Amino acid sequence: MKERHPAQYTVKNRCLYIALLEDLDQHNVDRIRARLDALIDECGSNELVFDFSKVSFMDSSGIGMIMGRYRRLLSRNGIIRAVGVNPSVARIMKYSGLYQILRPEFAEAGMREN
Amino acid sequence: MNEIVRKPAMRLWEMQVDDTQAREAAERPEAVHKHDNEVTLRFPALSRNESFARMAAAAFITGLDPTLEELSDLKTAISEAVTNAIIHGYRKGPGEIRMFLATQGMTVYVEVEDYGEGIFDVVKAREPMYTTRPQEERSGMGFSFMEAFMDTLEVISTVGTGTLVRMSKTIRS
Ligand SMILES: Nc1ncnc2c1ncn2[C@@H]1O[C@H](COP(=O)(O)OP(=O)(O)OP(=O)(O)O)[C@@H](O)[C@H]1O
Ligand SMILES: [Mg+2]
Repeated sequence: MKERHPAQYTVKNRCLYIALLEDLDQHNVDRIRARLDALIDECGSNELVFDFSKVSFMDSSGIGMIMGRYRRLLSRNGIIRAVGVNPSVARIMKYSGLYQILRPEFAEAGMREN
Repeated sequence: MNEIVRKPAMRLWEMQVDDTQAREAAERPEAVHKHDNEVTLRFPALSRNESFARMAAAAFITGLDPTLEELSDLKTAISEAVTNAIIHGYRKGPGEIRMFLATQGMTVYVEVEDYGEGIFDVVKAREPMYTTRPQEERSGMGFSFMEAFMDTLEVISTVGTGTLVRMSKTIRS
């Protein structure tokens, strides 16, 4: 059985848009990381946008992956954003501090208050 | 004239006790179930089983009618424990994970066990941000999530023998 790749990547100028399609756990993070890093290098990306609208679950493996990409982008003066974050993913982000370091442009308005 | 023929009353010590049924019942698993409901799953330590483990747990507790938040708490905790078993416990190769789920009243009990490397210093391992593998982009949040999202967390580990993570959570909805 061939599993589909858990993300879709779109490049616009130097912005890399990542539509996440599956839960962000160790299994999927492992598959995303290599392809994502290759694309970042290839396109010289200085902006990453993770679209979480199809993600209902993320654990510490997802935190680690986003954190790692954040550091990479920081070292080249880039930025990283997350959009379409649902409440349960937002909770994990808040708890781990990821929420504070990502650009606070969460798709769902109203979530910024709490 | 009707004579009622009575069998003489059997004395206890004369009774032929056939306890095969009782013995068979004791050997059947349901006789040893200590909770309202329980299930044990054994599966190989493959990362693709992480989603299976959390979905199985979520399905198992639907009867308790948990809130979405409670469901996501349980899924996170299980995902962390199973991932740890795979990437730390069985870092060097394949192995088996045992996951036990039980409900008693409104409380969910979870055990995730591996028979792998074990943890050298459990107290340290449970500290937030502590990881033995920072170079692999681990943030050391696994145990912190389990602690935060469950009511109880117990970690029993022996180097070279394996790790048992026990957690529980009462559904309050
Ligand atoms: N099942 C296990 N077997 C062996 N060692 C373990 C096990 N679970 C945890 N550990 C040890 O405890 C440490 C802390 O675990 P924890 O889950 O909190 O963080 P992590 O797995 O390193 O990072 P993260 O969970 O954020 O990806 C691990 O780095 C590892 O050394
Ligand atoms: Mg972990």
